[in-house]
Amino acid sequence: MADNSLSSVDVSALSSGALMRRGPYISMITNRTMNLLIRAAMLFMVGVFLALVLNLLQVQRNVTLFPPDVLSSVFSSAWWVPPCCGTAAALIGLLYPCMDRRLGEPHKLKREWSNVMRCVAVFVGINHASAKVDFANNVQLSLTLAALSVGLWWTFDRSRSGFGLGVVIAILATLATQLLVYNGVFQYTSPDFLYIRSWLPCIFFAGVITVGNIGRQLALYEYKVNQEKTHQD
Amino acid sequence: MNEIQEERIRQNISAAFYRHGLLCASYPVPIILFTSASILTCCYPLLKLPLPGTGPVEFTTGVRDYSTPSHESQGDLSERPDWYRGPPVAYIQQVLVKAAVSPWDNSLVPVDVFRSPLGRVFSVLEEIRNHVYTDRSLEALCLQVTDLLPGLRRMQAVLPEHGCLLVSPGNYWQNRRDLFDADPDLLKTVHQHEPKGLHTSATLKDLLFGVPGKQTGVNLYSKKRVVTYTITIALSSYDARFVASLRARLKQLHPSANCTLREDHMVHVHFKEEIGIAELIPLVTTYIILFAYIYFSTRKIDMVKSKWGLALAAVVTVLSSLLMSVGLCTLFGLTPTLNGGEIFPYLVVVIGLENVLVLTKSVVSTPVDLEVKLRIAQGLSNESWSIMKNMATELCIILIGYFTFVPAIQEFCLFAVVGLVSDFFLQMFFFTTVLSIDIRRMELADLNRRLPAEAGMPPPKPGPLRPRETPPPPRPSPHTITLQAPAFRNLRLPKRLRVVYFLARTRLAQRIIMVGTVIWIGILVYTDPAGLRTFLAAQVSEQSPLGEAGLPPHLGVAPVFPGGDPTSTLSGLPAPEPTPLPENQSQGHRAAHPEVAPVSSPQITWGPEDEELWRRLSFRHWPSLFSYYNITLAKRYISILPVIPVTLHLSPQEAIDTRHPQDTHHAPPPSIKTSDLQTDLTLYKVAALGLFAGVVLVLLLFCLYRVLCPRNYGQNGVPHGRRRRGDLPCDEYGYSPPISEISPLLLRGHSMDIECLASDGMLLASCCLVGHIRVWDAQTGDCLTVIPNNGLRRSSSSGCWEHRDGWDHISACEAESLLGADFREPGGGAVGGQDVDIFPIRRRTTPARPALFGDQPDLTPLIDTNFGLSPPSQALSSSGFDFGGLVEKAYQEHEPSPTLAFPPSPPPVLPPELPPQNNGDWDSSVWAMELRGNLIATGRSSGKLELWDAVEGSLRCSNEDGVSGITALAFLNNRIVAARLNGSLDFFTVEITKPLGLLQYRGPPGRGSLPPSPCYSSEDVISCQLTRSVQCAHQKPITVLKAAAGRVVTGSQDHTVRVYRLEDSCCLFTLQGHSGGITAIYIDQTMVLASGGQDGTICVWDVLTGSRVSHVYGHRGDVTSLVCTTSCIISSGLDDLICIWDRSTGIKLYSIQQEVGCGASLGVISESLLVTGGQGCVSFWDLNYGDLLQTVYLGQSSEGQSVRQLLVLDNAAIVCDFGSELSLVYVPSVLEKLD
Repeated sequence: MADNSLSSVDVSALSSGALMRRGPYISMITNRTMNLLIRAAMLFMVGVFLALVLNLLQVQRNVTLFPPDVLSSVFSSAWWVPPCCGTAAALIGLLYPCMDRRLGEPHKLKREWSNVMRCVAVFVGINHASAKVDFANNVQLSLTLAALSVGLWWTFDRSRSGFGLGVVIAILATLATQLLVYNGVFQYTSPDFLYIRSWLPCIFFAGVITVGNIGRQLALYEYKVNQEKTHQD
Repeated sequence: MNEIQEERIRQNISAAFYRHGLLCASYPVPIILFTSASILTCCYPLLKLPLPGTGPVEFTTGVRDYSTPSHESQGDLSERPDWYRGPPVAYIQQVLVKAAVSPWDNSLVPVDVFRSPLGRVFSVLEEIRNHVYTDRSLEALCLQVTDLLPGLRRMQAVLPEHGCLLVSPGNYWQNRRDLFDADPDLLKTVHQHEPKGLHTSATLKDLLFGVPGKQTGVNLYSKKRVVTYTITIALSSYDARFVASLRARLKQLHPSANCTLREDHMVHVHFKEEIGIAELIPLVTTYIILFAYIYFSTRKIDMVKSKWGLALAAVVTVLSSLLMSVGLCTLFGLTPTLNGGEIFPYLVVVIGLENVLVLTKSVVSTPVDLEVKLRIAQGLSNESWSIMKNMATELCIILIGYFTFVPAIQEFCLFAVVGLVSDFFLQMFFFTTVLSIDIRRMELADLNRRLPAEAGMPPPKPGPLRPRETPPPPRPSPHTITLQAPAFRNLRLPKRLRVVYFLARTRLAQRIIMVGTVIWIGILVYTDPAGLRTFLAAQVSEQSPLGEAGLPPHLGVAPVFPGGDPTSTLSGLPAPEPTPLPENQSQGHRAAHPEVAPVSSPQITWGPEDEELWRRLSFRHWPSLFSYYNITLAKRYISILPVIPVTLHLSPQEAIDTRHPQDTHHAPPPSIKTSDLQTDLTLYKVAALGLFAGVVLVLLLFCLYRVLCPRNYGQNGVPHGRRRRGDLPCDEYGYSPPISEISPLLLRGHSMDIECLASDGMLLASCCLVGHIRVWDAQTGDCLTVIPNNGLRRSSSSGCWEHRDGWDHISACEAESLLGADFREPGGGAVGGQDVDIFPIRRRTTPARPALFGDQPDLTPLIDTNFGLSPPSQALSSSGFDFGGLVEKAYQEHEPSPTLAFPPSPPPVLPPELPPQNNGDWDSSVWAMELRGNLIATGRSSGKLELWDAVEGSLRCSNEDGVSGITALAFLNNRIVAARLNGSLDFFTVEITKPLGLLQYRGPPGRGSLPPSPCYSSEDVISCQLTRSVQCAHQKPITVLKAAAGRVVTGSQDHTVRVYRLEDSCCLFTLQGHSGGITAIYIDQTMVLASGGQDGTICVWDVLTGSRVSHVYGHRGDVTSLVCTTSCIISSGLDDLICIWDRSTGIKLYSIQQEVGCGASLGVISESLLVTGGQGCVSFWDLNYGDLLQTVYLGQSSEGQSVRQLLVLDNAAIVCDFGSELSLVYVPSVLEKLD
């Protein structure tokens, strides 16, 4: 992508340079940046939203009654969790289409919003299951969630690059969580995998796949955002 | 072996589905009735399930024979609810105190209404605490509570900790009389704990007083002047004798006359699991995701009559299958324990709408001219295998889930399996039938649209790709008949259709659902699980005395006199305080004159409504009380014992005695009016808040929508806005150049509309309506040669070439050397001279013959254009193949002429021509033209085939073997294939007699990837021989002829496509599959063959085997052009749609709506760049995403002209005709990419 755009930029600069018409060149750059920013912002919001909602599921796991000031429990997690998740979502969501382009194998499996929505619903369902369903033991829970996550990948992604990136990011995130818990930033009620719950990598993996899906779908709209902007101008 | 079996299974399934489709489409009404009946039957068990609310349920038992229920379920007690097991969380004993200062006189201030009555709570409390019955005290029996929840520090002062859970209004003052007496403003104390704003849960005031806020009477404006409150005791174990003795004691101390409260029933209240806001948020999120999923899915339904109707049917299918699943499970005794609302979205997502969409797509892509029954059946059977496979896969996955042996997952899987099966059933019966009705209706509408159009349309369609096409014959009669048959059947049943589509049109179902929701909400409010009514009533009545008017008029009851005998009270236990006696006595003697009192005296009455006063409390009252101590009542129950009534009458003197000094300074009660105003203000505030929230919500959703869907992406029916001139092109791949780069080069010269366009990459030949052929340089846009119609005279681009007296040796040599030609025959300088004698066909330019020029079109624009756009000097220096400029220069050097002046002036004289011997075909027009090498092949309406030299404009050869007009030409290698109007196909061979050693200059080496095409030098003798003529290749005129990869493909009006081998002109295949004339064919080097017909279908064929690879119904109306890339097929139709299909699967990726009349011309520049012609412009599209990249406007005032032909050259330029002009558009950055 970079090469092509570069050459095009060069050509445009050369051809328009003589006439000193810098307008198209500069606006093109701003537009692209703008559109990247918009995408990142949307992904960030999605990440924050999912983090809040899913954290709520985890935090409120066994509590069924709430004190009157219940709204505060929505933000029951530490303040830094949603921004972190949002940033991660933005990064992953931008990384996926970028990687597709680099590898030159565009993601072709059912690229439509209905599928993305289905994917998000299944992801929330996996979280729901991890928080609410009572399993006999942790191994069973983790295995079930792992199977569900891989099923999610198979149903909605099926690209090797997506799988690889998902696994890598899941491992990294797990490692980061381990370190955080080790340093006492927060803790899990009943850790069974060193310091964390063993289903956490599966959730991370499913989350990466989901956010990647959203990011890819948003990348389709990249151009449209631009056009919308020019119309607004 | 396996494959054979699989194939057989497939066939069986397919056949079964086919039969089923026939059945469904044949009897729609009975089947819909049957399906509805089965849905209702399966949903019937659902009636037994409670409404999905979270209100508590009650169970009443007698007090007398009460014993704590055991944990084991007892089968014989069927009337017992199944939650009634084990001991309750607590037994609630309430002591209901009604106190009043009586009689009321004017000396009393409003505070007196409640100060002394409230003050008496401490003595009653003392009594209760100290009550002992046979060594059992309250301490031993009551529910011991520990700390409050950490978040409730502010309540620590008022709620008990580390002791009995015993709450009363006295808690406001820590149960200490001295604090109470010292409190200057009781109301403030009471209200300081009230939350501000709206609240639906129980407030502290409710908790401590134990009665709804409006009934306490603790306010300054109470008209009744009776204070009511309760002392609530939570007991951990039930001791009947202790409770009875406490009741007796209190009754004895404070007798209540006329009190007929029943004391024989205790009520057990079971609380369901509550859904708090925190749990509601994930739930709401899943529902939002669910609706987004449904929305995006149903949006894909396409090519049907009523999108909304089908979307509704799809949703109904899924929802009723879920209801059926729950109903069936309930019927067989599997009561749902999971929270239905929580798993419901996941179930929908698992079952999915995909099958329904696949069915729709499959049915609508069947040929439109088939009968509806057959279409449905065919569509069903086409997708049968994939549907069965998907279903089997899903069932397998769910079965695997079932064997996880996790109860919750097992239950989910069970529901999902039953839901899947019932969904399949509904799809097959309900949805298919609805679809058949819809399709039938579309056929009717289609017929209405098409018939008049065909009748009124002038026969020659302006199909740009078939410019020479004869008027299409009327559609074959069977076609019309098959179209009419369903239509007539429809007309027979208009009433039924009208009803069904009336439902769809008026959105009746949606409205019914809406009304149903409103009713449901109404029921919920009526049964009041949320305490909403209580709350609202309390809000209103607390602030307004008018609220009291709405209450049942207790005052209407006859005055009640305390009938208890005072003496017995006195003779009782040593009273802890002396108050009861004097009060009762005073009450006794004052009762004689209540009517003379100027103000009504408060009267304490006991009615049946006091029996279970707790019912009027919020249903969250008890859960919230217990939740303060981290005790949950969810899925548990409490037992509420009959209330103990206590009546207190106080004398005015007592009230005055207990006054706080500040009480008298209390502000006089504000007038009712202000209070009214207050109420109104509150209401307005609430309304304004609601309105504001609504507006914000709408704005938020709107913003979200705009951000998410800035444009209707790739959707049918929404025309993309053309970009304004000067809009910025921008694309991530960078192949869309800035606007400054794309400036169309206008090639002017033709006087009439351009009909034929041919190019081989370097040269460009165009032919206009009058038959002039012009040859242009595809790189620079210079006009090289003009071949006028009458006479084989040529005129050159500059208008001065003609002045040369023959092909001058020196100039020719010079020109050739300048052109960089490598080869020149030795002595070639003389060739030009010899030509005259050897080849008489070739005309020579001789000095002026102006008379012949008179009827020629004005060439001024030509000269203008050429000179203005490319100055000769620049052309010379930059590109070495500017023939016009070069030759002109050469000529200038050699023979300066006064007419050489550059300023635009009509050439005064033009060289006349030798009368050619081999023409005489002036009146026939050019119908087809091909350009290969430097030879132009033209096919004329007279059936004559001519070969022209493109550079010199001389006729090289002609052939008049056929008499029928040539409708299409293909020129490949050294063969020319001509298709004729009578359906015959002629194969010609171009023979060059002189062996070739010459390569004429063809542009910079390596530029472009031209296929090795023969180049003919001007010296060669070229003859054109008819090698084979296939008579009656088609029954009807041949409309399309394409050649590539050694194959010649013809399409005809007779609905067939034929494939010939080029070498031996042998017919390989006759491809049948279209039900209309063939209008477009695509074949390329990789042997991909696609054809489109008048029936709107597109077929993809395997050229090697002649089998049909895929068959899609794509357009309403003719397919006008077809292009394939390696991954997709692009088609355009008369319906002005451009559809992009996946080549391997035949699935429509997306479609682009074009402006009317411009859907025909399209070309593919690179694998991902599509160019289409429009009204005076060409548009570039990103093929991968369907995005409009850029629109290039061709002329200034050209909105009316539409681009009808579009040719993509190898050097990434596109040429399109534009009225009488040609337009050359370069896309330079594509070139970069190609390199």
